[in-house]
Amino acid sequence: MSTPTSGSNPARITTEVVAKVAKLASLQLSEDELVLMTSQLSGMLDHFADIDKLDLEHVAPLAQPLPLKNVFRDDVIVQGLDRDEVLAAAPAAEDGRFRVPPSSGLGEQ
Amino acid sequence: MAHQFASVVDIAQDIASGKTTATEVLEQHLQRINERENEINAFNLVTTEQARQTAAQVDADIKAGKKLGPLAGVPVALKDNMCTRGIETTCSSKILEGWKPPYDATVVTRLQNAGAVMVGKTNLDEFAMGSSTENSAFGPTKNPLDTSRVPGGSSGGSAAAVAAGFAAASLGSDTGGSIRQPASLCGLVGVKPTYGLVSRQGIVAFASSLDQVGPFTHTVADAALMMEVIGGHDPLDSTSLPQPMPSLSSVLEQGVKGMRIGRLADMPNGCEPEVLARMDAAYAALQSAGATIVDISLPSLSYCLTAYYLVAPAEASSNLARYDGVRYGMRVETGDLHSMYGATRAAGFGAEVKRRVMLGTYALSAGYFDAYYGKALKVRRLIANDFAAAYEKCDVILTPTSPTVAFPLGDKTSDPLTMYLCDIFTIPTNLAGHAAMSVPFGTGAHNLPVGVQVLAPALGEQTMFRVAAELERAV
Repeated sequence: MSTPTSGSNPARITTEVVAKVAKLASLQLSEDELVLMTSQLSGMLDHFADIDKLDLEHVAPLAQPLPLKNVFRDDVIVQGLDRDEVLAAAPAAEDGRFRVPPSSGLGEQ
Repeated sequence: MAHQFASVVDIAQDIASGKTTATEVLEQHLQRINERENEINAFNLVTTEQARQTAAQVDADIKAGKKLGPLAGVPVALKDNMCTRGIETTCSSKILEGWKPPYDATVVTRLQNAGAVMVGKTNLDEFAMGSSTENSAFGPTKNPLDTSRVPGGSSGGSAAAVAAGFAAASLGSDTGGSIRQPASLCGLVGVKPTYGLVSRQGIVAFASSLDQVGPFTHTVADAALMMEVIGGHDPLDSTSLPQPMPSLSSVLEQGVKGMRIGRLADMPNGCEPEVLARMDAAYAALQSAGATIVDISLPSLSYCLTAYYLVAPAEASSNLARYDGVRYGMRVETGDLHSMYGATRAAGFGAEVKRRVMLGTYALSAGYFDAYYGKALKVRRLIANDFAAAYEKCDVILTPTSPTVAFPLGDKTSDPLTMYLCDIFTIPTNLAGHAAMSVPFGTGAHNLPVGVQVLAPALGEQTMFRVAAELERAV
Protein backbone atom coordinates (compact mmCIF):
# COMPACT_ATOMS: atom_id res chain seq x y z
CA MET A 1 0.00 0.00 0.00
CA SER A 2 3.01 2.29 0.26
CA THR A 3 3.38 2.43 -3.51
CA PRO A 4 2.56 5.97 -4.61
CA THR A 5 -0.54 6.21 -6.77
CA SER A 6 -1.00 8.77 -9.48
CA GLY A 7 -3.78 11.31 -9.32
CA SER A 8 -4.82 14.80 -10.22
CA ASN A 9 -3.45 16.42 -7.07
CA PRO A 10 -2.01 19.92 -7.36
CA ALA A 11 1.52 20.38 -8.67
CA ARG A 12 4.21 18.48 -6.80
CA ILE A 13 5.20 20.12 -3.52
CA THR A 14 8.44 22.10 -3.71
CA THR A 15 10.90 23.30 -1.09
CA GLU A 16 9.60 26.85 -1.70
CA VAL A 17 6.04 25.78 -0.87
CA VAL A 18 7.26 23.92 2.22
CA ALA A 19 9.13 27.04 3.35
CA LYS A 20 5.96 29.11 2.93
CA VAL A 21 3.89 26.57 4.88
CA ALA A 22 6.52 26.56 7.66
CA LYS A 23 6.08 30.31 7.93
CA LEU A 24 2.28 29.92 8.12
CA ALA A 25 2.79 27.31 10.86
CA SER A 26 5.25 29.54 12.81
CA LEU A 27 7.83 26.79 12.64
CA GLN A 28 11.50 27.61 12.03
CA LEU A 29 12.96 24.81 9.93
CA SER A 30 16.63 24.39 9.04
CA GLU A 31 17.66 23.91 5.38
CA ASP A 32 18.13 20.18 6.03
CA GLU A 33 14.70 19.93 7.65
CA LEU A 34 13.12 21.74 4.69
CA VAL A 35 14.61 19.24 2.24
CA LEU A 36 13.63 16.20 4.34
CA MET A 37 10.13 17.62 4.95
CA THR A 38 9.66 18.27 1.21
CA SER A 39 10.52 14.69 0.37
CA GLN A 40 8.36 13.19 3.17
CA LEU A 41 5.34 15.41 2.50
CA SER A 42 5.67 14.72 -1.19
CA GLY A 43 5.63 10.95 -0.57
CA MET A 44 2.54 11.25 1.62
CA LEU A 45 0.67 13.50 -0.80
CA ASP A 46 1.38 11.03 -3.61
CA HIS A 47 -0.16 8.30 -1.47
CA PHE A 48 -3.10 10.53 -0.53
CA ALA A 49 -3.88 11.04 -4.23
CA ASP A 50 -5.77 7.72 -4.00
CA ILE A 51 -8.94 9.66 -3.13
CA ASP A 52 -8.77 11.50 -6.46
CA LYS A 53 -10.28 8.35 -7.98
CA LEU A 54 -13.52 8.87 -6.07
CA ASP A 55 -16.45 10.80 -7.47
CA LEU A 56 -17.10 13.21 -4.61
CA GLU A 57 -19.00 15.92 -6.44
CA HIS A 58 -22.36 15.22 -4.82
CA VAL A 59 -21.05 14.10 -1.43
CA ALA A 60 -21.64 16.48 1.50
CA PRO A 61 -18.61 17.00 3.76
CA LEU A 62 -18.71 15.58 7.30
CA ALA A 63 -16.71 17.80 9.64
CA GLN A 64 -17.75 16.18 12.91
CA PRO A 65 -19.89 13.18 13.76
CA LEU A 66 -22.47 14.57 16.22
CA PRO A 67 -25.85 16.05 15.35
CA LEU A 68 -25.41 18.62 18.14
CA LYS A 69 -25.88 22.29 17.24
CA ASN A 70 -25.55 25.53 19.18
CA VAL A 71 -24.77 24.03 22.56
CA PHE A 72 -25.43 26.57 25.29
CA ARG A 73 -25.15 26.33 29.04
CA ASP A 74 -27.08 28.33 31.59
CA ASP A 75 -25.65 31.81 32.05
CA VAL A 76 -24.54 31.46 35.65
CA ILE A 77 -21.43 32.82 37.31
CA VAL A 78 -18.87 30.14 38.12
CA GLN A 79 -15.42 30.28 39.69
CA GLY A 80 -12.78 30.90 37.01
CA LEU A 81 -9.18 29.73 37.08
CA ASP A 82 -6.88 31.25 39.69
CA ARG A 83 -4.94 34.00 37.90
CA ASP A 84 -1.74 33.60 39.90
CA GLU A 85 -1.77 29.84 39.32
CA VAL A 86 -2.23 30.36 35.56
CA LEU A 87 0.49 33.02 35.31
CA ALA A 88 2.89 30.90 37.38
CA ALA A 89 2.93 28.41 34.50
CA ALA A 90 3.91 31.04 31.91
CA PRO A 91 7.51 31.53 30.76
CA ALA A 92 7.24 35.23 31.70
CA ALA A 93 4.61 37.32 33.49
CA GLU A 94 4.44 40.85 34.85
CA ASP A 95 1.76 42.87 36.66
CA GLY A 96 -0.81 40.08 36.37
CA ARG A 97 -0.29 39.64 32.64
CA PHE A 98 1.71 37.44 30.25
CA ARG A 99 4.94 39.13 29.19
CA VAL A 100 6.14 38.73 25.58
CA PRO A 101 8.94 40.29 23.51
CA PRO A 102 8.03 43.22 21.19
CA SER A 103 6.37 42.32 17.88
CA SER A 104 8.83 44.41 15.86
CA GLY A 105 9.61 41.52 13.49
CA LEU A 106 6.05 41.52 12.15
CA GLY A 107 6.99 42.90 8.73
CA GLU A 108 9.24 39.93 8.04
CA GLN A 109 6.43 37.44 8.56
CA MET B 1 -8.52 -16.79 30.78
CA ALA B 2 -6.43 -16.54 33.96
CA HIS B 3 -4.74 -13.20 34.58
CA GLN B 4 -1.44 -12.59 36.27
CA PHE B 5 -2.73 -9.49 38.06
CA ALA B 6 -5.86 -8.80 40.11
CA SER B 7 -8.75 -7.13 38.29
CA VAL B 8 -10.29 -3.76 39.13
CA VAL B 9 -13.53 -5.46 40.20
CA ASP B 10 -11.70 -7.87 42.56
CA ILE B 11 -9.46 -5.17 44.05
CA ALA B 12 -12.43 -2.87 44.73
CA GLN B 13 -14.38 -5.74 46.30
CA ASP B 14 -11.48 -6.94 48.48
CA ILE B 15 -10.81 -3.44 49.78
CA ALA B 16 -14.48 -2.73 50.46
CA SER B 17 -14.91 -6.06 52.28
CA GLY B 18 -11.82 -5.51 54.43
CA LYS B 19 -9.95 -8.48 52.96
CA THR B 20 -7.12 -6.09 52.11
CA THR B 21 -6.45 -2.36 52.38
CA ALA B 22 -5.94 0.35 49.77
CA THR B 23 -2.45 0.93 51.16
CA GLU B 24 -1.52 -2.73 50.83
CA VAL B 25 -2.78 -2.86 47.24
CA LEU B 26 -0.93 0.34 46.37
CA GLU B 27 2.36 -0.92 47.85
CA GLN B 28 2.13 -4.09 45.74
CA HIS B 29 1.79 -1.97 42.62
CA LEU B 30 4.57 0.43 43.67
CA GLN B 31 6.85 -2.56 44.28
CA ARG B 32 6.27 -3.79 40.72
CA ILE B 33 7.01 -0.27 39.47
CA ASN B 34 10.29 -0.32 41.43
CA GLU B 35 11.19 -3.70 39.96
CA ARG B 36 10.46 -3.09 36.27
CA GLU B 37 9.86 0.59 35.47
CA ASN B 38 13.51 1.23 34.53
CA GLU B 39 13.19 -1.47 31.91
CA ILE B 40 9.69 -0.55 30.63
CA ASN B 41 9.54 3.28 30.87
CA ALA B 42 5.75 3.31 31.12
CA PHE B 43 5.66 6.51 33.17
CA ASN B 44 6.69 10.11 32.69
CA LEU B 45 5.97 10.63 36.39
CA VAL B 46 5.18 8.29 39.29
CA THR B 47 3.16 10.14 41.93
CA THR B 48 4.18 7.96 44.87
CA GLU B 49 3.51 10.40 47.70
CA GLN B 50 0.12 11.63 46.45
CA ALA B 51 -0.87 8.00 45.84
CA ARG B 52 0.08 7.00 49.40
CA GLN B 53 -1.97 9.89 50.78
CA THR B 54 -5.02 8.97 48.69
CA ALA B 55 -4.77 5.30 49.67
CA ALA B 56 -4.45 6.23 53.35
CA GLN B 57 -7.55 8.44 53.00
CA VAL B 58 -9.51 5.54 51.47
CA ASP B 59 -8.46 3.29 54.34
CA ALA B 60 -9.46 5.98 56.86
CA ASP B 61 -12.85 6.36 55.14
CA ILE B 62 -13.42 2.61 55.38
CA LYS B 63 -12.59 2.65 59.10
CA ALA B 64 -14.97 5.56 59.59
CA GLY B 65 -17.71 3.61 57.80
CA LYS B 66 -18.08 6.18 55.02
CA LYS B 67 -19.80 5.31 51.75
CA LEU B 68 -17.18 4.24 49.20
CA GLY B 69 -16.92 5.02 45.51
CA PRO B 70 -16.91 2.13 43.00
CA LEU B 71 -13.13 2.39 42.49
CA ALA B 72 -12.14 3.01 46.12
CA GLY B 73 -8.45 2.11 46.48
CA VAL B 74 -7.97 0.95 42.87
CA PRO B 75 -4.56 2.06 41.49
CA VAL B 76 -4.97 3.76 38.09
CA ALA B 77 -2.57 5.45 35.68
CA LEU B 78 -3.35 8.40 33.39
CA LYS B 79 -1.99 9.15 29.95
CA ASP B 80 0.17 12.25 30.27
CA ASN B 81 -2.11 14.32 28.03
CA MET B 82 -4.77 14.56 30.77
CA CYS B 83 -4.67 17.67 32.92
CA THR B 84 -3.95 17.07 36.60
CA ARG B 85 -4.00 20.17 38.78
CA GLY B 86 -0.56 20.99 40.15
CA ILE B 87 0.93 17.79 38.69
CA GLU B 88 3.17 17.96 35.64
CA THR B 89 1.39 17.25 32.33
CA THR B 90 3.76 17.05 29.37
CA CYS B 91 2.16 15.19 26.42
CA SER B 92 5.68 13.67 26.21
CA SER B 93 6.77 16.90 24.54
CA LYS B 94 9.66 19.19 25.41
CA ILE B 95 7.38 22.14 24.67
CA LEU B 96 5.20 21.37 27.73
CA GLU B 97 7.92 19.97 30.01
CA GLY B 98 7.37 21.20 33.55
CA TRP B 99 3.83 22.51 32.95
CA LYS B 100 1.50 22.14 35.92
CA PRO B 101 -2.12 22.60 34.83
CA PRO B 102 -4.35 24.89 36.91
CA TYR B 103 -7.28 22.43 36.75
CA ASP B 104 -8.17 18.72 36.54
CA ALA B 105 -9.67 17.08 33.46
CA THR B 106 -13.28 15.99 34.06
CA VAL B 107 -12.31 12.31 33.75
CA VAL B 108 -9.63 12.82 36.41
CA THR B 109 -12.19 14.39 38.78
CA ARG B 110 -14.59 11.50 38.14
CA LEU B 111 -11.89 8.90 38.91
CA GLN B 112 -10.99 10.79 42.11
CA ASN B 113 -14.63 10.99 43.17
CA ALA B 114 -14.91 7.22 42.61
CA GLY B 115 -12.01 6.69 45.03
CA ALA B 116 -9.33 5.69 42.51
CA VAL B 117 -5.68 6.11 43.49
CA MET B 118 -3.61 7.78 40.76
CA VAL B 119 -0.14 6.22 40.60
CA GLY B 120 1.30 8.29 37.75
CA LYS B 121 1.24 9.90 34.33
CA THR B 122 2.10 7.59 31.46
CA ASN B 123 4.29 8.00 28.40
CA LEU B 124 2.84 8.55 24.91
CA ASP B 125 3.87 9.44 21.41
CA GLU B 126 4.36 13.21 21.56
CA PHE B 127 0.90 14.86 21.54
CA ALA B 128 -0.54 11.36 20.87
CA MET B 129 0.88 11.31 17.33
CA GLY B 130 2.13 7.83 16.64
CA SER B 131 1.42 4.11 16.84
CA SER B 132 4.39 2.83 18.84
CA THR B 133 5.21 5.29 21.68
CA GLU B 134 8.62 5.74 20.05
CA ASN B 135 7.89 9.42 19.28
CA SER B 136 8.12 10.46 22.95
CA ALA B 137 10.60 13.20 23.87
CA PHE B 138 11.34 11.13 26.99
CA GLY B 139 12.31 7.86 25.27
CA PRO B 140 10.23 4.90 24.06
CA THR B 141 8.09 2.64 26.23
CA LYS B 142 8.78 -1.11 25.91
CA ASN B 143 6.18 -3.85 25.68
CA PRO B 144 6.18 -5.67 29.05
CA LEU B 145 5.45 -8.98 27.28
CA ASP B 146 8.62 -8.66 25.14
CA THR B 147 10.83 -5.66 25.83
CA SER B 148 12.44 -5.78 22.38
CA ARG B 149 9.03 -4.79 20.98
CA VAL B 150 6.79 -1.72 21.05
CA PRO B 151 3.67 -1.56 23.23
CA GLY B 152 1.78 0.18 20.41
CA GLY B 153 0.67 3.77 20.61
CA SER B 154 0.02 6.44 21.11
CA SER B 155 -1.21 5.40 24.60
CA GLY B 156 1.66 2.89 24.92
CA GLY B 157 2.59 3.93 28.45
CA SER B 158 -0.98 3.45 29.69
CA ALA B 159 -1.11 -0.02 28.08
CA ALA B 160 2.30 -1.04 29.40
CA ALA B 161 1.45 0.18 32.92
CA VAL B 162 -1.54 -2.17 33.10
CA ALA B 163 0.19 -5.07 31.30
CA ALA B 164 3.15 -4.86 33.74
CA GLY B 165 0.90 -4.69 36.82
CA PHE B 166 1.92 -1.11 37.67
CA ALA B 167 -1.77 -0.08 37.78
CA ALA B 168 -4.98 -2.12 37.73
CA ALA B 169 -6.41 0.10 34.98
CA SER B 170 -5.46 3.19 33.06
CA LEU B 171 -6.93 5.84 30.81
CA GLY B 172 -5.78 6.58 27.29
CA SER B 173 -7.03 8.71 24.44
CA ASP B 174 -7.93 7.39 21.00
CA THR B 175 -7.84 9.61 17.91
CA GLY B 176 -7.19 6.93 15.30
CA GLY B 177 -6.66 3.78 17.37
CA SER B 178 -4.41 5.01 20.18
CA ILE B 179 -6.24 2.96 22.83
CA ARG B 180 -7.29 -0.10 20.83
CA GLN B 181 -4.00 -0.82 19.04
CA PRO B 182 -1.80 -0.74 22.20
CA ALA B 183 -4.46 -2.78 24.02
CA SER B 184 -4.20 -5.37 21.26
CA LEU B 185 -0.39 -5.39 21.30
CA CYS B 186 -0.23 -5.69 25.11
CA GLY B 187 -3.02 -8.27 25.56
CA LEU B 188 -5.53 -5.92 27.21
CA VAL B 189 -9.10 -4.74 26.81
CA GLY B 190 -9.19 -1.20 25.37
CA VAL B 191 -12.28 0.91 24.66
CA LYS B 192 -12.84 3.83 22.24
CA PRO B 193 -16.28 5.09 23.28
CA THR B 194 -18.79 6.81 21.00
CA TYR B 195 -17.68 10.37 20.25
CA GLY B 196 -19.25 12.58 22.94
CA LEU B 197 -19.88 9.83 25.50
CA VAL B 198 -16.80 10.66 27.60
CA SER B 199 -15.82 14.25 28.37
CA ARG B 200 -12.76 15.68 26.61
CA GLN B 201 -12.56 18.66 28.96
CA GLY B 202 -8.96 18.90 30.19
CA ILE B 203 -7.60 16.43 27.64
CA VAL B 204 -4.90 18.14 25.57
CA ALA B 205 -6.52 18.42 22.15
CA PHE B 206 -4.98 16.63 19.16
CA ALA B 207 -7.82 16.32 16.62
CA SER B 208 -10.96 17.55 18.31
CA SER B 209 -13.52 15.88 16.04
CA LEU B 210 -11.85 12.46 16.53
CA ASP B 211 -10.40 12.36 20.09
CA GLN B 212 -12.10 10.23 22.78
CA VAL B 213 -10.95 9.02 26.20
CA GLY B 214 -11.31 5.40 27.26
CA PRO B 215 -9.94 2.71 29.60
CA PHE B 216 -7.32 -0.05 29.45
CA THR B 217 -8.08 -3.04 31.68
CA HIS B 218 -7.40 -6.76 32.01
CA THR B 219 -11.08 -7.75 31.77
CA VAL B 220 -14.25 -6.68 30.00
CA ALA B 221 -16.04 -6.26 33.35
CA ASP B 222 -13.29 -3.89 34.49
CA ALA B 223 -13.66 -1.86 31.29
CA ALA B 224 -17.43 -1.67 31.84
CA LEU B 225 -16.93 -0.36 35.38
CA MET B 226 -14.32 2.20 34.28
CA MET B 227 -16.64 3.41 31.50
CA GLU B 228 -19.51 3.80 33.96
CA VAL B 229 -17.29 6.00 36.15
CA ILE B 230 -15.86 8.27 33.44
CA GLY B 231 -18.80 8.41 30.98
CA GLY B 232 -21.87 10.64 30.82
CA HIS B 233 -22.66 14.25 30.09
CA ASP B 234 -20.25 17.03 31.04
CA PRO B 235 -21.49 20.62 30.69
CA LEU B 236 -17.85 21.75 30.42
CA ASP B 237 -17.46 19.95 27.06
CA SER B 238 -19.73 21.31 24.33
CA THR B 239 -19.27 18.10 22.30
CA SER B 240 -20.46 15.96 25.22
CA LEU B 241 -23.70 14.10 24.49
CA PRO B 242 -26.49 15.37 26.76
CA GLN B 243 -27.47 12.00 28.18
CA PRO B 244 -26.53 9.71 31.07
CA MET B 245 -24.07 6.82 30.73
CA PRO B 246 -25.88 3.53 30.00
CA SER B 247 -25.18 0.60 32.34
CA LEU B 248 -22.62 -1.78 30.89
CA SER B 249 -21.81 -4.06 33.86
CA SER B 250 -25.42 -5.27 33.86
CA VAL B 251 -25.40 -6.54 30.26
CA LEU B 252 -22.23 -8.66 30.28
CA GLU B 253 -24.02 -11.95 30.95
CA GLN B 254 -26.71 -11.44 28.31
CA GLY B 255 -24.84 -13.36 25.60
CA VAL B 256 -25.08 -12.94 21.84
CA LYS B 257 -27.93 -15.28 20.93
CA GLY B 258 -29.71 -13.95 17.85
CA MET B 259 -27.16 -11.23 17.26
CA ARG B 260 -25.89 -10.52 13.75
CA ILE B 261 -22.08 -10.25 13.57
CA GLY B 262 -20.64 -8.47 10.51
CA ARG B 263 -17.61 -9.97 8.80
CA LEU B 264 -15.60 -7.94 6.27
CA ALA B 265 -16.00 -9.60 2.88
CA ASP B 266 -13.13 -7.54 1.48
CA MET B 267 -10.38 -7.83 4.10
CA PRO B 268 -7.49 -5.45 3.31
CA ASN B 269 -4.10 -6.99 2.53
CA GLY B 270 -1.27 -6.95 5.01
CA CYS B 271 -2.71 -8.99 7.91
CA GLU B 272 -0.52 -11.67 9.46
CA PRO B 273 -1.97 -15.16 8.81
CA GLU B 274 -2.06 -15.90 12.56
CA VAL B 275 -4.17 -12.76 13.09
CA LEU B 276 -6.64 -13.93 10.41
CA ALA B 277 -6.74 -17.38 12.05
CA ARG B 278 -7.74 -15.79 15.36
CA MET B 279 -10.48 -13.86 13.54
CA ASP B 280 -11.89 -17.13 12.19
CA ALA B 281 -11.81 -18.53 15.71
CA ALA B 282 -13.67 -15.45 16.99
CA TYR B 283 -16.45 -15.78 14.39
CA ALA B 284 -16.74 -19.49 15.20
CA ALA B 285 -16.96 -18.77 18.95
CA LEU B 286 -19.76 -16.22 18.50
CA GLN B 287 -21.58 -18.51 16.08
CA SER B 288 -21.53 -21.36 18.57
CA ALA B 289 -22.88 -18.94 21.19
CA GLY B 290 -25.93 -18.37 18.99
CA ALA B 291 -24.97 -15.43 16.78
CA THR B 292 -25.22 -15.31 13.00
CA ILE B 293 -22.26 -14.27 10.87
CA VAL B 294 -23.16 -11.86 8.06
CA ASP B 295 -20.79 -10.76 5.29
CA ILE B 296 -20.68 -6.99 4.92
CA SER B 297 -18.54 -4.58 2.92
CA LEU B 298 -17.11 -1.15 3.62
CA PRO B 299 -16.17 -0.01 0.10
CA SER B 300 -14.49 3.19 1.32
CA LEU B 301 -12.32 1.42 3.91
CA SER B 302 -9.11 1.71 1.90
CA TYR B 303 -9.57 5.49 1.59
CA CYS B 304 -9.90 6.03 5.34
CA LEU B 305 -6.17 6.27 5.88
CA THR B 306 -5.94 9.22 3.50
CA ALA B 307 -9.00 10.92 4.96
CA TYR B 308 -7.65 10.47 8.48
CA TYR B 309 -4.11 11.63 7.72
CA LEU B 310 -5.52 14.82 6.23
CA VAL B 311 -8.27 15.55 8.78
CA ALA B 312 -6.25 14.75 11.93
CA PRO B 313 -3.15 16.80 11.00
CA ALA B 314 -5.38 19.66 9.82
CA GLU B 315 -7.12 19.80 13.20
CA ALA B 316 -3.79 19.28 14.99
CA SER B 317 -2.13 22.15 13.15
CA SER B 318 -4.87 24.39 14.49
CA ASN B 319 -4.94 22.93 18.01
CA LEU B 320 -1.16 23.03 18.41
CA ALA B 321 -0.97 26.69 17.39
CA ARG B 322 -1.41 27.48 21.10
CA TYR B 323 2.12 26.22 21.92
CA ASP B 324 3.92 29.43 21.14
CA GLY B 325 5.95 30.15 24.27
CA VAL B 326 3.48 32.68 25.69
CA ARG B 327 1.14 31.06 28.22
CA TYR B 328 2.74 27.75 29.24
CA GLY B 329 5.68 25.46 28.67
CA MET B 330 9.05 26.45 27.28
CA ARG B 331 10.17 29.58 25.45
CA VAL B 332 13.23 30.23 23.32
CA GLU B 333 14.08 33.90 23.94
CA THR B 334 14.72 35.92 20.79
CA GLY B 335 14.52 39.62 20.00
CA ASP B 336 10.94 39.77 18.79
CA LEU B 337 7.60 38.02 19.18
CA HIS B 338 7.33 36.26 15.83
CA SER B 339 10.83 34.80 15.79
CA MET B 340 10.20 33.72 19.41
CA TYR B 341 7.12 31.74 18.24
CA GLY B 342 9.07 30.06 15.43
CA ALA B 343 12.17 29.29 17.49
CA THR B 344 10.16 27.98 20.47
CA ARG B 345 8.10 25.65 18.29
CA ALA B 346 11.20 24.48 16.40
CA ALA B 347 12.98 23.61 19.65
CA GLY B 348 9.92 22.26 21.47
CA PHE B 349 8.27 19.94 18.92
CA GLY B 350 9.70 16.60 17.78
CA ALA B 351 9.96 15.42 14.17
CA GLU B 352 6.56 13.67 13.90
CA VAL B 353 4.69 16.63 15.42
CA LYS B 354 6.43 19.02 13.03
CA ARG B 355 5.58 16.74 10.12
CA ARG B 356 1.88 16.67 11.04
CA VAL B 357 1.68 20.39 11.76
CA MET B 358 3.21 21.01 8.33
CA LEU B 359 0.93 18.50 6.60
CA GLY B 360 -2.13 19.97 8.30
CA THR B 361 -1.17 23.57 7.60
CA TYR B 362 -0.58 22.66 3.95
CA ALA B 363 -3.92 20.82 3.64
CA LEU B 364 -5.74 23.86 5.05
CA SER B 365 -3.83 26.54 3.14
CA ALA B 366 -5.28 28.67 0.35
CA GLY B 367 -5.11 26.86 -2.97
CA TYR B 368 -4.90 23.37 -1.44
CA PHE B 369 -7.92 23.32 0.90
CA ASP B 370 -10.38 21.90 -1.65
CA ALA B 371 -7.91 19.36 -3.01
CA TYR B 372 -7.02 17.90 0.38
CA TYR B 373 -9.00 18.85 3.51
CA GLY B 374 -12.25 19.44 1.63
CA LYS B 375 -12.01 16.09 -0.14
CA ALA B 376 -11.05 14.29 3.06
CA LEU B 377 -14.25 15.51 4.75
CA LYS B 378 -16.26 14.08 1.86
CA VAL B 379 -14.50 10.72 2.18
CA ARG B 380 -15.40 10.90 5.86
CA ARG B 381 -19.05 11.11 4.82
CA LEU B 382 -18.58 8.08 2.55
CA ILE B 383 -17.26 5.89 5.37
CA ALA B 384 -20.12 7.02 7.63
CA ASN B 385 -22.54 6.04 4.83
CA ASP B 386 -20.77 2.67 4.43
CA PHE B 387 -21.21 1.96 8.14
CA ALA B 388 -24.87 3.00 8.04
CA ALA B 389 -25.49 0.52 5.21
CA ALA B 390 -23.54 -2.24 6.98
CA TYR B 391 -25.46 -1.76 10.24
CA GLU B 392 -28.72 -2.38 8.36
CA LYS B 393 -27.49 -5.96 8.04
CA CYS B 394 -25.61 -6.51 11.31
CA ASP B 395 -25.48 -5.37 14.95
CA VAL B 396 -21.70 -5.23 15.32
CA ILE B 397 -18.71 -5.73 13.03
CA LEU B 398 -15.67 -7.79 13.94
CA THR B 399 -12.21 -7.00 12.53
CA PRO B 400 -8.65 -7.46 13.71
CA THR B 401 -7.57 -4.49 15.87
CA SER B 402 -4.08 -4.46 14.36
CA PRO B 403 -2.89 -6.25 11.21
CA THR B 404 0.10 -7.57 13.18
CA VAL B 405 1.20 -8.48 16.69
CA ALA B 406 3.64 -6.15 18.52
CA PHE B 407 6.53 -5.26 16.19
CA PRO B 408 10.20 -4.70 17.14
CA LEU B 409 11.31 -1.25 18.33
CA GLY B 410 12.71 0.76 15.42
CA ASP B 411 10.95 -1.41 12.84
CA LYS B 412 8.72 1.32 11.38
CA THR B 413 10.35 4.57 12.47
CA SER B 414 12.14 5.40 9.21
CA ASP B 415 9.03 5.58 7.00
CA PRO B 416 6.05 7.51 8.39
CA LEU B 417 3.64 5.88 5.92
CA THR B 418 4.49 2.35 7.08
CA MET B 419 3.71 3.40 10.64
CA TYR B 420 0.41 4.99 9.52
CA LEU B 421 -0.71 1.64 8.04
CA CYS B 422 -0.89 0.19 11.59
CA ASP B 423 -4.15 2.10 12.00
CA ILE B 424 -6.07 0.75 8.99
CA PHE B 425 -8.72 -1.07 11.10
CA THR B 426 -9.06 1.47 13.89
CA ILE B 427 -9.31 4.76 11.98
CA PRO B 428 -12.78 4.28 10.39
CA THR B 429 -14.46 4.27 13.84
CA ASN B 430 -12.98 7.67 14.74
CA LEU B 431 -13.96 9.16 11.39
CA ALA B 432 -17.55 8.00 11.91
CA GLY B 433 -17.64 8.87 15.64
CA HIS B 434 -18.72 5.33 16.53
CA ALA B 435 -17.79 2.98 19.39
CA ALA B 436 -15.20 0.20 19.19
CA MET B 437 -13.13 -1.91 21.56
CA SER B 438 -10.29 -4.38 21.42
CA VAL B 439 -10.55 -7.67 23.28
CA PRO B 440 -7.59 -10.05 23.73
CA PHE B 441 -8.29 -13.27 21.85
CA GLY B 442 -5.37 -15.64 22.12
CA THR B 443 -1.95 -15.31 20.56
CA GLY B 444 -0.38 -15.08 17.12
CA ALA B 445 3.19 -14.94 15.83
CA HIS B 446 5.93 -15.18 18.50
CA ASN B 447 3.25 -16.17 21.00
CA LEU B 448 2.25 -12.49 21.29
CA PRO B 449 -1.34 -11.37 21.94
CA VAL B 450 -3.88 -10.77 19.18
CA GLY B 451 -6.79 -8.42 19.74
CA VAL B 452 -10.19 -8.72 18.11
CA GLN B 453 -11.93 -5.42 17.48
CA VAL B 454 -15.67 -5.13 18.07
CA LEU B 455 -17.19 -2.17 16.23
CA ALA B 456 -20.64 -0.83 17.02
CA PRO B 457 -22.69 2.11 15.80
CA ALA B 458 -22.84 5.35 17.81
CA LEU B 459 -24.11 4.60 21.34
CA GLY B 460 -23.97 0.86 20.65
CA GLU B 461 -21.84 0.29 23.77
CA GLN B 462 -24.24 -2.17 25.43
CA THR B 463 -24.30 -4.45 22.38
CA MET B 464 -20.54 -4.05 21.94
CA PHE B 465 -19.83 -5.05 25.55
CA ARG B 466 -22.11 -8.11 25.28
CA VAL B 467 -20.05 -9.34 22.31
CA ALA B 468 -16.76 -8.50 24.04
CA ALA B 469 -17.83 -10.44 27.14
CA GLU B 470 -18.76 -13.44 24.98
CA LEU B 471 -15.36 -13.37 23.26
CA GLU B 472 -13.67 -13.19 26.67
CA ARG B 473 -15.60 -16.26 27.85
CA ALA B 474 -14.58 -18.14 24.69
CA VAL B 475 -10.81 -17.64 25.04
